[in-house]
Amino acid sequence: MAQPPTPAARPLWRRLVGFNLLSAVLLGIGGYYLGWFIGHQIDGKSFAYQEKINENDVALLLGYFFGVVGFLIGLGFANYPVSRLLGRPASLREKEEGGIGRYFGLCTDHKVVGIQYLCGIGLFFFIGGLNAMLIRTELLHSNPTFVGPGQYLTLVGEHGTMMMGMMTSGILGPFANYFVPIMIGARRMAFPRIEALTFWLLMAAGFILTSTIFFGGFPTGWTGYEPLNDQAVMGMDSYICFFALVGISMTLLGLNMMATIITMRAPGLTWSRLPIFVWSVFATSVLMVLAAPMLVSTLLMSALDRTIGTSFFIPGGGGSAYLYQNLFWFFGHPEVYILALPGFGIVLELLPVFTRKPLWGYRLAISGMLGVSLLSFFVWQHHLFVSGINADLRPFYMLSTEIISLPTGFIFLCVMGTLWKGRASFSVPMLFCMGWVFNFLIGGLSGVFISDTPSDTTTHGSFFVMAHFHYTIMGGLVFTFFAAIYYWVPKMVGLNFNEKLAKAHFWLMFLAFNSTFMPLFALGMEGMPRRVSFYEPKFQTLNIWVSVSAFVLGLSMLIFLFNVVYSLIFVREPAQRNPWRAKSLEWQVPTPVPVNNFEQIPVIDSDPYDYGTPVPIGGAVGGPQTAGAS
Amino acid sequence: MFAPGLALRGAVDVGSRRSGEASPGGRNGTQGKGSMSAMARKLAGVVAAVVLLGVLIGLYISSWAVSAPRTIAATPLAGAATPTSSLTLQTVAAVGPALSPNHPNWVSYLVRQNGRWVRSTIYSVPANSLVHVTIYQFDGDSGLRNAFLSEVQGTVGATEVIDGRATDHINPEEASHTFVVPQMGVFVPLPGVPEEAKNPCEVAPCDPATMAHRTIEFTFRTGRKGRYRWQCFVPCAAGTYFNFGGPMQTIGYMDGFINVV
Amino acid sequence: MSSEAPPAGGGEPDHARRFATIWLVATVLALPLVIFVLGPILPPGNGSDTASGQVTDNTVLLAMATPVLLLVVLYLLYAIVNFRQGAGGVLEGPAVRGHPQLQTSWILITATLVLSLAVYGTVRLETGYGAGSGSGPKPLTVPSGPKLPIQVIAQQWAFTYRFPTYGGVETTHLELPVGEEVEFHVTSLDVIHSFWAYQLGVKADANPGVDNIAFVKPTKIQTFEVHCSELCGLWHGGMFDHGRVVSDAEFEGWIHEQQRIFAPATRVLPPYAKTYLPEPTERGH
Repeated sequence: MAQPPTPAARPLWRRLVGFNLLSAVLLGIGGYYLGWFIGHQIDGKSFAYQEKINENDVALLLGYFFGVVGFLIGLGFANYPVSRLLGRPASLREKEEGGIGRYFGLCTDHKVVGIQYLCGIGLFFFIGGLNAMLIRTELLHSNPTFVGPGQYLTLVGEHGTMMMGMMTSGILGPFANYFVPIMIGARRMAFPRIEALTFWLLMAAGFILTSTIFFGGFPTGWTGYEPLNDQAVMGMDSYICFFALVGISMTLLGLNMMATIITMRAPGLTWSRLPIFVWSVFATSVLMVLAAPMLVSTLLMSALDRTIGTSFFIPGGGGSAYLYQNLFWFFGHPEVYILALPGFGIVLELLPVFTRKPLWGYRLAISGMLGVSLLSFFVWQHHLFVSGINADLRPFYMLSTEIISLPTGFIFLCVMGTLWKGRASFSVPMLFCMGWVFNFLIGGLSGVFISDTPSDTTTHGSFFVMAHFHYTIMGGLVFTFFAAIYYWVPKMVGLNFNEKLAKAHFWLMFLAFNSTFMPLFALGMEGMPRRVSFYEPKFQTLNIWVSVSAFVLGLSMLIFLFNVVYSLIFVREPAQRNPWRAKSLEWQVPTPVPVNNFEQIPVIDSDPYDYGTPVPIGGAVGGPQTAGAS
Repeated sequence: MFAPGLALRGAVDVGSRRSGEASPGGRNGTQGKGSMSAMARKLAGVVAAVVLLGVLIGLYISSWAVSAPRTIAATPLAGAATPTSSLTLQTVAAVGPALSPNHPNWVSYLVRQNGRWVRSTIYSVPANSLVHVTIYQFDGDSGLRNAFLSEVQGTVGATEVIDGRATDHINPEEASHTFVVPQMGVFVPLPGVPEEAKNPCEVAPCDPATMAHRTIEFTFRTGRKGRYRWQCFVPCAAGTYFNFGGPMQTIGYMDGFINVV
Repeated sequence: MSSEAPPAGGGEPDHARRFATIWLVATVLALPLVIFVLGPILPPGNGSDTASGQVTDNTVLLAMATPVLLLVVLYLLYAIVNFRQGAGGVLEGPAVRGHPQLQTSWILITATLVLSLAVYGTVRLETGYGAGSGSGPKPLTVPSGPKLPIQVIAQQWAFTYRFPTYGGVETTHLELPVGEEVEFHVTSLDVIHSFWAYQLGVKADANPGVDNIAFVKPTKIQTFEVHCSELCGLWHGGMFDHGRVVSDAEFEGWIHEQQRIFAPATRVLPPYAKTYLPEPTERGH
């Protein structure tokens, strides 16, 4: 690539023209209006409803579609395919040298994409969190007082949808993209442009979801159940478009991870020497690739029902409301394991470092993760236990759901084994891992209750389920998300966090989190349904307690944000190359990580868990010899 | 962990030489604590912009969340034995661009305040009193989905007065809208204007003096203070699944609140 | 190198024995409290046979979860207290990578626990005639003897109840006779709702075009809450009601009163059917 002329020589307008974020936004807006215009030209009997209802779903969907296409073209994603079609030679990398501007456009350096993901997901995480704060403010009263009931449903739906869509890539996006190539001794991901594409698709999707409030919001919650989905106003199309884009992003992300891990490992890095985090990424990617396309096709059917009047899910027209539930949860259940598995990987990866012991039960942990992956496709009907499905099916799904707690238990055994007689130092990442153990335990055990159909009769669709999944997803994934941030971000940006603020963040978050979600088990068991802004007056006190705790939880997030700004912008204390004295590959490269990761690709001769003092053969400390065991 | 020797050691050496300098591609300035390098200033600027944007987005979303039509109070009636107030409503087939720029074709309830018709569905009435409601029904019939709701419940005398005649039920197929307050047990079906009627109202606000309509009156009793929801039960939102979408699910059209104060 | 003394008895306490003791003592103390003190007051209470069955099931589940909870939480605390880094921060732990016998025992024990829970759940589900859950149009097991059929019609946004054996009268509130087996037929007129009678321990989704059957026998005279527990649109939260379980005589009186009050409505209602699906309206639906 030719060096551009020095900045002083190029006028501002020349620097702004080109394939960058500004062009992307402009082309996106242009594409939106193009789609909108085309949508209004389409006419016919099927679309006669549009005038009565003053809505044109076709126009909005086409607008979003062309808008996203324009956005991607503006960023430069079409350049490489077009240049290859025109016969020009292949060029591998784009914009890998340069300043902060690379972070705002298409960049094929996986490290830049990792940081983009971290900031982008962080932004939408906070928007989802704001929705949660508004929800809890409304729930201070036992009937709608503050937020209108229609807007309340949109807030509930947007909170859930935003979090689910964004946090599925919460660990894989930032941390797997940044560190998996380094951990396996590669210079890049298998498909760098697709990697960048997954990020920008997610950003476009997030923007589309927040735009739902301009179109009336959507009343279905994150699950988008038909036939309510079909009945909803135009804002529903934002949800459909968001999840479709997220589904495509997830599929591509998983594909990229799998291809990288399978084909680009350094010499000597056999599968049995792979870091456990990379194994968890692999297990997650399998789920992403197999489950996410289901979501996209289901949403396409929903969109067809809403626009041209097909009846996939409309009982009166020959369809079935059950079909949607089954299709959605066939994706939906693997989806929640997509959220849980990276958390397992992070905890198992960090514990050896902070207990100075090898990972205990490496093969057991891997079979646990792969077992969870496989079994997650066989349990989805437990979401439909009381919906009137064929009664013969329920015992089978009860069995499969109970069985999936087995591989999850393996992970806990490996955690406990790694802690055994270790030398634990409680750095901030370690604190978050300890928090994970407690939270995911509670979440997992509550899952045993709802997997039992008789017990599920009372708890289905109640706040008990809400508490269960918040414990596993927020107490699980989000805690490990922060563990990964405190562990790896000093490597990514070369600057340290302030430890006191970080510890304050952890303790406030852990206590406020438990204070917020533990009472929800009681609320659900006592009879409070989900997604309501009316509740029995007897629940008022407990709801006030929960809301106040939720506000404190939000405050802990502000402490984190303050720490980020304070440490990374004002104090800027340089980070050491390997502050945690870890033995995996990413800590052996310099900080900041050079563009090509390694001067020379390393040759691997063991797994990265070579901690600890060797144990004598037959020693009373227990267990067989060091390397090679289990 | 690695094959001992050159490969990685070389990398480490190169790294340690480089970590002391500001690297061309990296985004971190390592020029010591405390001093704000150009990079840090740029970052601070980006962060400030993001924070400002975030706060603005937050304010916008919050103001959207709490927006609602204004509350219209029922007019007290003087000289009645029991405290009574009166509420005058009309239902229209198309609310028109003046009253709803985004949804001119939506059905809606309107309420009369100081002689003018206003689009609001949040009404406040006094506690422990009678509320006399007059509804001018300008819309055609759509038919009740559940014929059970064609019977009047919860009003004084369990009847409604339609065009001067008291009755306790209507023909379910003639129902145009209902006024139902489930928590108070008030169920009032409203019959529609026949198709062949002369001078139907096309666009709101409709004038009872000149346009075809049905006049329905009923009285219900309020109890304790509280906030009660009310809704229409007739599928009248044409163009949506079971005609129950759009205006049927939006406060300010076919759903609202009764604030008993 | 580390200064840790490897063999037991050389100043290092037998952690395994210590922890096992702590855990066993805690379990022995906690389990009776859980089973005998907490168990009887667990939700959803004893308002019906299904609700009492669920209380038993919840007690069993809680009793099986308690040792597991204690194991992990106490272990975590034990590890945090005992397995810490030294003052200088340079000690390493023993390089143990696994313990095949421990892993095998863990797998076997947890598998047994989990499978027995699944069997228990299945047995309770089928002997409980669905345990209050909506079992679809063809439940696997059906209680014998006379049953009172009540159709719960869910619509946006209210529940109405139809009594086929009382002339097909439809009412806005629900009253049930105590001690009689009730057969709920839950269906919807539009979107998916869910009929949740909390104190009765009944929850059955109302799907359009589907007849979802749930069985319950109320055993206590009380008021019960009915809530919709599947998001169904704007007033999902407002779709609630209070029903009553009353004596047989009071129920007879009530239902005849309803027949009298709702005679005009009953005349215009369609004949009783398992599902009511109106013809699709415009836009193909």
